[in-house]
Amino acid sequence: MIKFEQVSKTYPGGQNALSKVSFHVEQGEMAFLTGHSGAGKSTLLKLISIMERPTVGNVLINGHNLSNITRKQIAYIRRDIGMIFQSHQLLMDKSVFDNVSLPMVIEGHTRKTIAKRVDAALEMVGLKDKARNLPITLSGGEQQRVGIARAVVNRPPLLLADEPTGNLDPKLSMEIIRLFEDFNQAGVSVFIATHDLGLIARMKYRTLTLKQGRMITDGLSDSAEDGYL
Amino acid sequence: MSILFKGRQQGASSKKVGPLQRLFMFFTDHLRQAVNSLGELYRAPFASLMTIGVLGFSLTLPSTLYILVKNTEQISAQWQQASEISLFLHSNVSEANAQQLMTRLSVWDEIADLTFVPADEALEEFQRISGLGDALNYLNENPLPDVVLVVPTSKHATPTAAAKLLDKLRKEREVEIGKLDIEWLERLYALLDIAKELVYLLAVLLFFAVVLIIGNTIRLNILNRRSEILVMKLVGATDAFIQRPFLYTGFWFGLLGGVMAWLTVSIILWWIGMSLETFMQLYQVQLDITGMDLEAFGIMLALSIGLGLMGSMISVNRHVKEIEPE
Repeated sequence: MIKFEQVSKTYPGGQNALSKVSFHVEQGEMAFLTGHSGAGKSTLLKLISIMERPTVGNVLINGHNLSNITRKQIAYIRRDIGMIFQSHQLLMDKSVFDNVSLPMVIEGHTRKTIAKRVDAALEMVGLKDKARNLPITLSGGEQQRVGIARAVVNRPPLLLADEPTGNLDPKLSMEIIRLFEDFNQAGVSVFIATHDLGLIARMKYRTLTLKQGRMITDGLSDSAEDGYL
Repeated sequence: MSILFKGRQQGASSKKVGPLQRLFMFFTDHLRQAVNSLGELYRAPFASLMTIGVLGFSLTLPSTLYILVKNTEQISAQWQQASEISLFLHSNVSEANAQQLMTRLSVWDEIADLTFVPADEALEEFQRISGLGDALNYLNENPLPDVVLVVPTSKHATPTAAAKLLDKLRKEREVEIGKLDIEWLERLYALLDIAKELVYLLAVLLFFAVVLIIGNTIRLNILNRRSEILVMKLVGATDAFIQRPFLYTGFWFGLLGGVMAWLTVSIILWWIGMSLETFMQLYQVQLDITGMDLEAFGIMLALSIGLGLMGSMISVNRHVKEIEPE
C-alpha cells in the first residue's frame, strides 16, 4: 500500500530530514511510525500526502509512483488518503456536521448522500448527538474524533495519522487507537506516526522507528523499544 | 475517478445520477456558492460598501462624461442645419449662364435651397454695411463676383457630407471659388473628438484602478481565510473549487458597483439637466439629455461585472496557489 524506495529528503539549506528510507506497508496492514521529534516522522508523512517531494528515491501508493503525479492531480490523491492531524485542522466557525461533510462536498455528492454518510461517520466516532455543535465547544478528544470522522467519511482505502493522540490522556488515546483498529478490521490500511511509546508497547503492531532521518528498526513493537533507546 | 485506486468510485459518479440531475446539481451548487458569497458581503457591510463605492464612483465619472459628450454632439447636429455653401462665380459668367447653373443645381438631391445674389446687389449691400460709401463709386467696374448661396439638405449638412457636396459644386465650370461656412463646426467637432479621447483615456485608467482595487480586496479575503483554504486543500479540494466563492465575490462587487454607478449617473444627469434647461432656453435649443436607457444600463452592468471578475481572477490565480499546506 505504501512503499518507500531509498527515499532521501534534503531541505534547502542542507538539512537532511530523511536518508535512504525503504519500507513497505501492505494493504490492510496497521503500522506505527515512531521516533524522537525531529527524527523525520512528519517529513515522511508529508511525502505520502505530497506536501513535500522526495529529493531522491520513489514513494509508491498502491503501486503508483507519486513522482508521476502532477500538481493538479494532488487534490485527487488526497481524496484517497484520510488524514488526521495532531492539531485537528478543523474549521472553528463551522459546525461539526459541516466539518465532517467537507470532503464529500468537495467531491460533489448529492445532499442526501452527504447527510447519510456524515451521520454514519459521526456514529462510528460516537458524536452523533454533537453534529450541530461548533468544534470549539468540544473537548480535545472529541475534536480529534471529529477529525477522524472527516478522514473516514468518504471511505478512503488508506488512513494517515500524525500524532493523533498528541494532547490526550492515556485512556482517551487508547479509545482513539481502538477506533483505528475498527477501521483496520474493515480493510483500511492505517499508518500512524506517534512518539507515544507507552501506547505502542501495549499492542503488538508493526513499528517503524526513525532516528535522525534513518530507519533503524522495523518490526513488532517490543523490539522497537530497544532500538528507540 | 480515483487515480491511485482503480475501481474506487468517487463523487457524484459513485451513485447512479442521470446527466440531467448532474446538470441540475451543477447549477444548484453554483447558485448555493453565489448566495454564500453574497452572504459574506452582507456580513461585512461596511467593508463591502466601501469596495462597491469605489467601483461605482470609478464608473460614474467616465460614464457621465461620455454621455455629456454624446449629447453635445447631438445638440451641435441641430445647429449645423444652418450651414451654408457660398459659390463665387467666374467674372466672365453672364447672368443667363448663372441662371442656367441655378436650374441645373435645383434638381440636385443634396440641395434644399438656392439663392442667387448678383454682383450689383452684393456691391450695394457691401456699400451699405462697410461704410465706405461713395468711395466705392470711384471703382471702374464691380470687383465682386456673382454669388450663389446653397443650403444643403439636413442629410448632407454634416461636415463630411457638406465638404463632399462642396467638392462636387466646385467642379461646375461657372464656379470659381466655393466656401463652406461651417469651419467653426469642424473645430467644435475636433474639440469633441479630443474630449472623447480624453474620456476614453480616463475610463481606461479608472477601469485599471478598479481591477487593482477589487484584486486587492479579494487578496485580503483570501489571506483572511488562509486557514480554511489550508484545511480544504488537505482534504482534497482543487484550486478551482477553492477559487469559486472568491470569483463570485468579484461578480457581486461588479454587479452592485454597476447598479450604484447607474444610480449616481442618473442623479447627476438629472441635476445637470435642471440647470442646463434655463441656459438652453436662451439659445432656443431643445435639450433632452439622453443616453441613460436600458441599453446603457446593460452595458454599464456588463462592464462592471467584467471588471469585478477580472480583478478577482487575477488575485485568485495568484494567491490561492500560493497557500499550500506545510
